[in-house]
Amino acid sequence: MSNIHLNTKIFDTDVEQVPIRKGFGEGLLESAKKNQNIVGLCADLTESTQMHLFKKEFPDRFIEIGVAEQNLASVASGMAAMGKLPFITSYAMFSPGRNWEQIRTTICYNDQKVIIAGSHAGVSVGPDGGTHQAIEDIAITRVIPNMTVIVPCDAVEAKKATMVSALRKEEGGTNTPVYIRLAREKSPVITTSDTPFEIGKAQVFYELDTDRFLLLEQKRGNSTSTFKLDSDTHGIRHDVAILACGALVHNALLAAKQLEEEGIAAKVLNMATIKPLDIEAVLSVAKETGALVTVEEHQIAGGLGGAVAETVLTGLKRGQQPVLECVGVHDRFGQSGTPQELIKEYGMTVSDIVAAVRRALARK
Amino acid sequence: MFITDSEVQSLEEQARKIRVSIIHMLAEAKSGHTGGPLGMADIFTALYFKLLKHDPKNPSLDIRDRVVLSNGHICPVLYATMAHAGYLPIEELLTLRKFGSRLQGHPHREFLPMLETSSGPLGSGLSQAVGMAIADRIDHGKVSPRFIYTFLGDGELNEGQNWEAAMLAAKEKLGNLIAIIDRNNIQIDGYTEDIMPLSPLFDKWKSFGWHVIEIDGHDMRAIVAAVREAQTIFEKPSVIITHTIPGRGVPYMEHRFEWHGTPPGISDISGAPAKADQVKEALRALGE
Ligand SMILES: Cc1ncc(C[n+]2csc(CCOP(=O)(O)OP(=O)(O)O)c2C)c(N)n1
Ligand SMILES: [Mg+2]
Repeated sequence: MSNIHLNTKIFDTDVEQVPIRKGFGEGLLESAKKNQNIVGLCADLTESTQMHLFKKEFPDRFIEIGVAEQNLASVASGMAAMGKLPFITSYAMFSPGRNWEQIRTTICYNDQKVIIAGSHAGVSVGPDGGTHQAIEDIAITRVIPNMTVIVPCDAVEAKKATMVSALRKEEGGTNTPVYIRLAREKSPVITTSDTPFEIGKAQVFYELDTDRFLLLEQKRGNSTSTFKLDSDTHGIRHDVAILACGALVHNALLAAKQLEEEGIAAKVLNMATIKPLDIEAVLSVAKETGALVTVEEHQIAGGLGGAVAETVLTGLKRGQQPVLECVGVHDRFGQSGTPQELIKEYGMTVSDIVAAVRRALARK
Repeated sequence: MFITDSEVQSLEEQARKIRVSIIHMLAEAKSGHTGGPLGMADIFTALYFKLLKHDPKNPSLDIRDRVVLSNGHICPVLYATMAHAGYLPIEELLTLRKFGSRLQGHPHREFLPMLETSSGPLGSGLSQAVGMAIADRIDHGKVSPRFIYTFLGDGELNEGQNWEAAMLAAKEKLGNLIAIIDRNNIQIDGYTEDIMPLSPLFDKWKSFGWHVIEIDGHDMRAIVAAVREAQTIFEKPSVIITHTIPGRGVPYMEHRFEWHGTPPGISDISGAPAKADQVKEALRALGE
């Protein structure tokens, strides 16, 4: 964990809060300075999606499409066919929501690299209500062939994800279309500019080292004198792994800390890339812990929970299958409220995660 | 003549009260859309207090006219008008956008079943209204007692689905369909003609086969006359392009696209009083 350089203040109440979408706006601007083929297209939400930073610096490379998301997607495809690298933005509900088929056919089926940034995802959009809270967008994008799906956990990671997405595969990026999921509200800054980010790689954001694990074993009343390090896991065996994405990674970290205090060893993985999913990492923690909990601000069906379920069921032998609990939205629409009220109503708080861990352990 | 002077005066006073409610509810919610709702208060008043066939005490009255709010973000004017017309307690307006409220940030029928449709995502209301009009004609032929009204934003017309629905409505000769466009010249990113020019809007609808009426959307007499005219058109859908001033009644908001989606009291916008004074000043301008 020492090599991932997380923000040292993550567990403090005054941890810095920045909207994830802001990182996208900054990343786009940086990338556009380096790559003059980048163009920006927006559907009447330039400031909300933070594309205004790019528009201001490169007015000639910005195209205002108006409130017309289907046109937005297909115009971008045409521009990509001529060698441009288009970034398109709207609220996630409208792009990739409203224009899903245009994205599927004119972008993905055509295999044109377009970067689709969907802002205002999740119920934490708040008072605008259910029509504006995209909680199906991961599901509908990850089923499209050729698509990459990224859900950054904070503004710093969003900036990196944006900049890496703009690169070609040979440069450490990708040649596929990319969907980047962004949130509206301010959320805690978890990572730093030194935290590694790679498309398709999950990162361990919380785990116990040997000293903390031995302490925890003592607390549980287990004798540690005969304790033997597990060679598979380079040390210790965690009781559970929490696989989280987006701003809720912060709640997952708080839950892991609380669980450690209560004598349960939890590991937290940041699943920034939903597709391609880091199968190796998922199977490895499944084997280590036998108990997984997924956490996402999205429908369980088809989201990270669905992706992890598919992966462990198809990837492991009978007997190695972990138990799985999913924290997220259970087949409901969103509604108006403050972000905090809604995170509570839909069961995605720190205590909901702790409770899900306990359910998983009870079923183990 | 469709309306007497004293009726005009009482409708204008009703519209003023609705604007005052809009300010109160947005100030309390601390989020939501201001420009469009203030601009549309006169038309909503005329519709709900004079033109519509409806019964606030019996919202599911079978022969009621239908109102489809396609530009769902202007729901503060719909909720306020419905409350003043007797559908909801006026105090309930202060629950706008709060957790558990029937008055969701964008209209949701699951919370408020007396709404004909849920909306917020732009561009699909006209299609739903066309569907209602076709269904009504199947049931009642050309002599239906109902009209289907739908409200559309001008920026909303950027969505291609409107024009798909416009073609279908003309093809189906939907004389029972009346679309009302809020021609306020603003959308989120700026003025409509800078973002996506709509002009010549009259000619566009005419060429799509609609009966087109263009009016000053703050003139009660013109509003009433336009709706009555639309009701007489037999084998064509009608569209009323109502020229309105966004933010109408609050001078510091008028014509400013910056007030599209911001309530008074939370942000400093050039040309407006300081945040702390915005609500008070808006209410003062509205004669409170
Ligand atoms: C499909 C869709 N795309 C984008 C939005 C975000 N949005 C809400 S209102 C608006 C501008 C609409 O302009 P107009 O209809 O003229 O409304 P006004 O600003 O005049 O109230 C936009 C882009 C939306 N609600 N739905
Ligand atoms: Mg407008």
